[in-house]
Amino acid sequence: MSTDSSDVSKLIEVEDITLRFGGVTAINGVGFHVNEGELFAVIGPNGAGKTSIFNSISQVYRPQEGDIRWKGKSIMGERPDAVARLGIARTFQNIALFGQMTVIDNILTGRHIRMKNNWLTGMLWLGPAKKEEMENRERVEDIIDFLEINEWRKHPVALLPYGIQKRVELGRALAMDPELLLLDEPVAGMNLEETEDMARFILDIREELGISMILVEHDMGLVMDIADRILVVDFGKPIGTGLPHEIQANPDVIAAYLGADFSDEISVD
Amino acid sequence: MSFGRPHLRTSYEQDSAIFPTWWQKGAAAFALLFITLMVLGNGAAAAIPNWLFGATWLAPFTLVIPFAIAALGYNILTGVTGQVSLGHAFFMGVGAYTAVALGGKGDGGAKACIPFHENLGLLESAGECGLGLPIWIWLPMAGVLAALVGILVSPAAVKVRGLYLAIVTVGLTFIGLHIARMLPEYAGDYESGRKWPKLDIRLWKEETPSIDLNEDGKWFGLIHLTEEQKQFFFLFAILLVMMAFAKNLVRTRTGRALQAIRDRDVAAEVMGVPEQHYKRIGFAISSFYAGIGGALWASYQGRVSPIDFSLLLSVEFVAILLIGGAGTIAGTMLGVTFVELLPKVVERLTGWLAGELDSGGVISTIANFLLTSGQQGDFGPVSTSPTAPGWPMSVFLWNPVIYGVLIVVFLIFEPHGLFGIWLKFRNYWKGWPFSY
Repeated sequence: MSTDSSDVSKLIEVEDITLRFGGVTAINGVGFHVNEGELFAVIGPNGAGKTSIFNSISQVYRPQEGDIRWKGKSIMGERPDAVARLGIARTFQNIALFGQMTVIDNILTGRHIRMKNNWLTGMLWLGPAKKEEMENRERVEDIIDFLEINEWRKHPVALLPYGIQKRVELGRALAMDPELLLLDEPVAGMNLEETEDMARFILDIREELGISMILVEHDMGLVMDIADRILVVDFGKPIGTGLPHEIQANPDVIAAYLGADFSDEISVD
Repeated sequence: MSFGRPHLRTSYEQDSAIFPTWWQKGAAAFALLFITLMVLGNGAAAAIPNWLFGATWLAPFTLVIPFAIAALGYNILTGVTGQVSLGHAFFMGVGAYTAVALGGKGDGGAKACIPFHENLGLLESAGECGLGLPIWIWLPMAGVLAALVGILVSPAAVKVRGLYLAIVTVGLTFIGLHIARMLPEYAGDYESGRKWPKLDIRLWKEETPSIDLNEDGKWFGLIHLTEEQKQFFFLFAILLVMMAFAKNLVRTRTGRALQAIRDRDVAAEVMGVPEQHYKRIGFAISSFYAGIGGALWASYQGRVSPIDFSLLLSVEFVAILLIGGAGTIAGTMLGVTFVELLPKVVERLTGWLAGELDSGGVISTIANFLLTSGQQGDFGPVSTSPTAPGWPMSVFLWNPVIYGVLIVVFLIFEPHGLFGIWLKFRNYWKGWPFSY
């Protein structure tokens, strides 16, 4: 997959955004873009501002400076639900599922923006509303099949194991039929087997569904294996963007992760 | 339809049905039949002692229905959407007063009524005014106007949550009471109230109603019913429709959006659910139910006053939800029946025990242990005298105590309420004799 060629259209462009909370600058002039079909990774030490970048894209936070453009159009100042309707879905670092609802209902809520029935047609259980519910239920079953969570479908999600909850959350985001998927630490706290499963799902999503993704992750093995391009942030500042092998060799990145002394040693080698 | 394998579902429609299993369908049908037979007072029902479930329970049961409708609305706002409101009584009041303004009898038009005078007491003719419109106008309008008022106050309500919302809505209750006090020509005397439209069905303002709910008689030329039975069936039919609406709402797109806001509001927004918009919808629908409930309550009672819509009534709904089990319709029904009928059960049980005091046998012993017939001297904590001050307390003083203790017990031991107890019971016997 070509990644850096200029003829590929840019799906989302983040231009020099700065986000401050009082005296704390969480993001300081971060800029990047994601091409269509690309798997873009954002890495950095804890507290570097990775999740704040996600929250800025989905407009949960409002950056004070800079611009975020979706297909060339600025989305700054939009409501989070309006951003979702554009086709940007996301998962959360500390799972944010709807705990008391079943797996099916959680994923059906992901279909919300693709459905039309309202309180009145729903209350009356009218023909078209009923038909729409059933059609979307079928879509949800496809996603449940895809993520192999069939046996859990009628359980309230709060009762499910952590790894399964992560999958349900991915399913809920997929149900939105997004064009861009923001994955916030999809394998955090998972064992090797669960990590491999999740990596396979991520690759399947890209290959079978053709959805572009931005991935925030601490598991370097996973990031280096599956990402097309990587952005490294530290203390809210971007310190490098490039292909995985470029990032591995970047002295600033090594300094950020291992300390300045190590970066000298390694670059000498 | 697969009769051979009752648990095999072959369509998503079957899977999301209100009563998905034959067992549940059967139970629902049985419950309907049981209620009908009880109300008609046939055979078996007559044998049940009156203090427990006999024929004299019809009126108390009928009175539960308006509360059940309002509680369905409260469940939508607080149980499903997770917004703790203490203003439900206010919306019931809005519904009730809309009903009386539209449906109240008299040729005075909408012009103000003559209020009761404190010194003159209750005048039969007083408060009889209003447009005299039929029920099919005043009942829906009671709901619609309550919903509109709900939307009107929602800009303040959707921006706050949790305890803050509770306090904002407490304010509503007091504003409502204050307005009623300021406008006695509409609200009637603060404590004795004014007359309300009678429950009967007319096409328009004609003299004889098409279906008379206030006199004994044959219904549809088929079955002879008393006034009370007619009113019960009429209100019960409305309740069933409102229950179906509530259930449908919860299992479709809007209901899921509301639950999503309850469970994780930020995540809901990121999934494309506009939070404030849906909170407003939840608020409006809940107020609609409250309005209908309030109008029916007022109409069934015949005379309801502003003070009935006080904070106490709002708190009662919190109790209903906690005791029944928040977020489920079955739980709401259990809760409302329990909370509204418990005082009556205690009262009648006491009355029955008092009658058995000197009968001898086990019941007499229990009665002697619990009751005190005189003013003093006995151990029994319950006085048979309704006006007994201090210890031993009368049954009317005991009721709030029992009520309070029950809420505490439920909060500690069974946060999912009566419905949670039922689920545990069911799951235990489903797996029996295996532990899971």
